[in-house]
Amino acid sequence: MNEIDQIPKKHLLSLQLDVSKFEPASAEEKEQHSQMREPSTFFKDGMKKLFKNPLAVGSLIVLLLMIITIVFAPMIVPYGYEEMITVGGVRDKTAKNMPPMQFSELEQQAIANGEEIFPHIFGTDALCRDYFIRVVYGARVSLSVGLFASLIVLMIGLVYGSVSGYVGGRTDLVMMRIVDIIYSLPDLLMVILLSVVLDPLLKDAIAHTSLEKIGTNMISLFIVFGLLYWVSMARLVRGQILSIKKNEYVLAARALGAKPVRIVKKHVLPNCISVIFISTALQIPNAIFTESFLSFIGLGVQAPMPSLGSLANAARQGLESYPYKLVFPAVAICLIVLAFNLLGDGLRDAFDPKLRK
Amino acid sequence: MEERTTHMWKYILKRLGLAVVTVFIIITLTFFSMNAIPGGPFEKEKAPDPAVRAVLEERFHLNKPVGVQFLYYIADLFQGDFGISLKTGRDIMQTLTESFAVSARLGGVAALSALVVGLVLGSIAALRRNGVFDRVIIFFTTLFVSVPSFVLATILLLTFCLKLNWFQVWSATGQQNYFLPILALALYPMSYITRLTKSSMLDVLGQDYIRTARSKGVAESKVIYKHALRNALIPVITYMGPMVAYILTGSLVVETVFTIGGLGSKFVTGITNRDYPMIMATTIFLAVLMVIATLISDLIYKLVDPKISFD
Repeated sequence: MNEIDQIPKKHLLSLQLDVSKFEPASAEEKEQHSQMREPSTFFKDGMKKLFKNPLAVGSLIVLLLMIITIVFAPMIVPYGYEEMITVGGVRDKTAKNMPPMQFSELEQQAIANGEEIFPHIFGTDALCRDYFIRVVYGARVSLSVGLFASLIVLMIGLVYGSVSGYVGGRTDLVMMRIVDIIYSLPDLLMVILLSVVLDPLLKDAIAHTSLEKIGTNMISLFIVFGLLYWVSMARLVRGQILSIKKNEYVLAARALGAKPVRIVKKHVLPNCISVIFISTALQIPNAIFTESFLSFIGLGVQAPMPSLGSLANAARQGLESYPYKLVFPAVAICLIVLAFNLLGDGLRDAFDPKLRK
Repeated sequence: MEERTTHMWKYILKRLGLAVVTVFIIITLTFFSMNAIPGGPFEKEKAPDPAVRAVLEERFHLNKPVGVQFLYYIADLFQGDFGISLKTGRDIMQTLTESFAVSARLGGVAALSALVVGLVLGSIAALRRNGVFDRVIIFFTTLFVSVPSFVLATILLLTFCLKLNWFQVWSATGQQNYFLPILALALYPMSYITRLTKSSMLDVLGQDYIRTARSKGVAESKVIYKHALRNALIPVITYMGPMVAYILTGSLVVETVFTIGGLGSKFVTGITNRDYPMIMATTIFLAVLMVIATLISDLIYKLVDPKISFD
């Protein structure tokens, strides 16, 4: 006899279940039950939602294609971003301002002699340089500026916001007043100002170092991002931490004697990582915007190094005759920013619907 | 009610205080960072005679310590004296006021049209949700918020001035057509306001008080104008400050591209020429405008929405 049958007889008014009416589940039924739903994590759930969003998937594909192009194109295309086109070791002065997919006279002669010459996909610029490779390098510069600037913002904002939110009290008050003041400064103007100032100051400091190549403007751009743009990230992190700090598991961890750094690292940050991740993704197009804006008004990357903004600026001379020189970098900027915006929207919808306004 | 009023005044005073501090910080930052740049105004190729130089340094207080120079600079600022341009030698205050008149007209029309068109389009998109019109609007606004102002301005110039010849290229003496520059400045804020209005309108339309109004038999037009739109406006108000900032910085490139002699292009020319007094003056001027715009939009926001506390 089963042990369940040994349960004492049911009282007349008792609410106790009548065990004899139940039967044990068969092995098959148990199997079925356990297969009903696969275990899913928050991350998996979010990714599933993200991949159901056609716009987000589309922008992801566009971004991947672009990244593949800017990584591999310089290996395939035999031109450099700062060298004149040379045919048979001779500088080709006829290859000036050529429209896309055209060859210069010297090159045509070389082709007639049986040489193979890589086509100029986007034509050439006024200094006889292959424009495709310049746009590729420009996109490289713009994308890496966006990524690095966002990472700087993330790191500073994360540390500052965590300390302010976790420590609380007077420290929090002082730290947040500083944030308030920086936040109220008009950021783009301050960026312009600091770029103007840092340029001559940094020039001597970085001369003859490996940093010289990326130029003062680029470094000052990073400094400026590090100085000004972290404040909204710090605010966001602080807000998240304040709300998570109130949870019982944090209290439990503290009662067990965990150190504050450990609590923040192991209990608090993992719970707000999605929000932080999304706003970092949304910060990237912002940084690209700023970089291209600065390059456009002449405060961006150093001269031979192209950026999408400085290419667009350079294209203004002779705009009527060579409009394609504007179109290529302009389309590249718009595609990058659009893709990041749509991807950011998708990430937000997938991981944190509450963020949506 | 009484308590709310005192809270309100406290809030206004606090914000005013913050604005004053911000402006002071901007001036300090601008002054000291510009002074950190190596080299003085007389160390150029046309170095004047030492005696002349001493007189000039005395005149512009350049022989005093930086701290004292700063006090002089602030004192001059309060008298509306921004100094003279290194490049043109003209009084900067005069240049500022002249060119700001041009920029203000341009920016004002751009801001106003962005606001009006954005509100209308956003409301229509919300009311005809998922219709063809909504989709078209959302498509274009998503596109336009991803186009930097300088790209937009150059492409407009290329298409409509140079290729199609619909508009003449802007010149100070000839025809002054503001349409394209205004479009270049207004499209981004317009798209942003459209998206903002749509989402806040959808949010409001789902509220209980809208259902109540409808169930009472209030006419649909009245429900929309009186109840929905008014409440949907509140988030748009907070965008006014950033919009002014966007238009002011956007005017830097738009005016440069269209060669309009406004404040923006003066600023960019100043940067290209490394005309430091000019850069300082324009930065301070624009920054103060932006701080004021943010202050006003924040104050209106707090005053209009009764749900918001003044903490």
